[in-house]
Amino acid sequence: MNLPQAVNGWRPEPPAPSTPVKEAIGSVLYEFRWIIADTAMLTWRMLMHYRRNPEMLLSTIFGPLMFLFLFTYVFGGAIGRSTEINYIDYLLPGVLIQNNIFTVMQTGIGLADDMQKGFVDRYRSLPMARSAVIGGRVVATTTIAFFSAIWTIGIAVVIGMRFHGGFWPGLSLPFVVALFCFGFAWISALVGVSVRDTQTASSLTFFVAIPLTFLSSTFVPVETMPGWLQAFAEVNPITQVVNLSRNLAQGGPIATYALPTILWTVLFVFGIGSLATWRYKRVS
Amino acid sequence: MGHAIEVRNISKSYGNVVALDNVDLDVQRGSVMGLLGPNGAGKTTLVRILTTLLRPSSGSATVLGYDVVRHARHLRSYIGLAGQSAAVDDLLTGRENIHMAGRLYHMPKRQVQKRAQELLEQFDLVDAADRSVKGYSGGMRRRLDLAASLVANPPMIFLDEPTTGLDPRSRLELWDVIRNLVSEGTTVLLTTQYLEEADQLADEITVIDLGKVIAQGTADELKHQAGSEFIEITVRDVEDIRRAASVLENFAENNECDIDEEARKTSIMVSDGAEIMVQVVRSLDTEDIAVANMAVRQPTLDDVFLALTGRTAEEAATESEQDQN
Repeated sequence: MNLPQAVNGWRPEPPAPSTPVKEAIGSVLYEFRWIIADTAMLTWRMLMHYRRNPEMLLSTIFGPLMFLFLFTYVFGGAIGRSTEINYIDYLLPGVLIQNNIFTVMQTGIGLADDMQKGFVDRYRSLPMARSAVIGGRVVATTTIAFFSAIWTIGIAVVIGMRFHGGFWPGLSLPFVVALFCFGFAWISALVGVSVRDTQTASSLTFFVAIPLTFLSSTFVPVETMPGWLQAFAEVNPITQVVNLSRNLAQGGPIATYALPTILWTVLFVFGIGSLATWRYKRVS
Repeated sequence: MGHAIEVRNISKSYGNVVALDNVDLDVQRGSVMGLLGPNGAGKTTLVRILTTLLRPSSGSATVLGYDVVRHARHLRSYIGLAGQSAAVDDLLTGRENIHMAGRLYHMPKRQVQKRAQELLEQFDLVDAADRSVKGYSGGMRRRLDLAASLVANPPMIFLDEPTTGLDPRSRLELWDVIRNLVSEGTTVLLTTQYLEEADQLADEITVIDLGKVIAQGTADELKHQAGSEFIEITVRDVEDIRRAASVLENFAENNECDIDEEARKTSIMVSDGAEIMVQVVRSLDTEDIAVANMAVRQPTLDDVFLALTGRTAEEAATESEQDQN
């Protein structure tokens, strides 16, 4: 093969080693190294977007504020009687999860935007890892979700929320929220690469996120719902992670909810994530 | 030197719609190939196949010796693509955009910084380098897009309608940039619907229409295919135009004579313009017709397109737009 010459200076790496085994190992390592590097690059791009365009953070900042106030001072008086603990203590984990699910739903809307604007053509003609285009957005929205979780906890503490579950479980709360949202972001990514249109992506996202977050233990105990709805609410991954978060903050069994939460997250990341990457590769 | 691009029997269809139909194409290393055709002719489809964005339905193609399907991954390190929609990030600065492209080509950080500065200078973007792209003009965005696609010094670059939608001044600027590239030894494949652009920039032109290659050659060769030269006479007095036309008719290759009364102009197609011009002048003089202007005109690529397809490039574009709608 006649190798092309670079015009000056930098030359790209030569093709991978030639024996099949070496090639396989080489390409896995090669892949892995560049998946990390390329994802980091695109994460940086997205974080710059938030920095240059802080309006994008409006709903992330004021969303939890609104929900905490609304549910504590407006609905809280009525709903609060059905919970065994202080309603603000009950409410916080739910608001954390709900608001940050909305935060990571930006993933798919942004991807659809990239597709619409022809940005993806540029990416796909580059020797970069293909999963990084999605990965970068997922990591960026998850990062925002993590900081948003800390902010939300701060507000809740100011209006009277208290931790009763111990120091370490309490401290782990924002990390658990971020981990679950990282998984959930891939669902949004799948929607984004499938519809490739920001309008459709954002309304579809809305119709996925609203029922999932409300038909769960986010705002009210599942036991207060009619039986047929309880069945759904019990298996809803949101219920699992909300209960886990609640017990981390307020005490109570952790492993019962940790296991399903982890399983769901793994399923989202690897199952839905591969599906999203596969769809992205097939875009023409 | 050899070929930078070899395309063999490439076809691409979407369901019943045939976008490319058995296309063959060779591009010499270090040359500029102009892919000329109206909107919807299949130019972009071909570029997308050659840049590994799209798989062909049948046939094969190599770029710089790499198969576009089997060696897609390696090939991507050696090509640059600047597309119709300038793929630059509005919220990043010009420098950041180039930097990001370079890092995604997996260039070392220091090299990218150096190269970004070089490109910003070369493309006259130094003053705007650290402002966000949101405030750039259309021409600046195209230049930045092109700069980003050149960051890794690719020996092969694809420009998909690089000047569509630009004002004339920006177009001329971009042409200069492209000429510079070529002088540095880069192979360029350029698609355009502007006949003038292909004429100005391309060493060789491939005319493509309805997914098929309908002509190939240098601009001069294509013009020869269109046949002949034109002699144009503008009479001083519009009263004389009919008489002038009847004189000219005798010299016309096909015994036809175009008359444009408003412009007081009449023209014929001839095989040897200079020699016949002398005879035309004598005859007009004998007939006592006063002439305001006379010229031997080379056929333009518009004439070529008309001769090849029986319609002008503009008509063809309108047709295919209607097809799409």
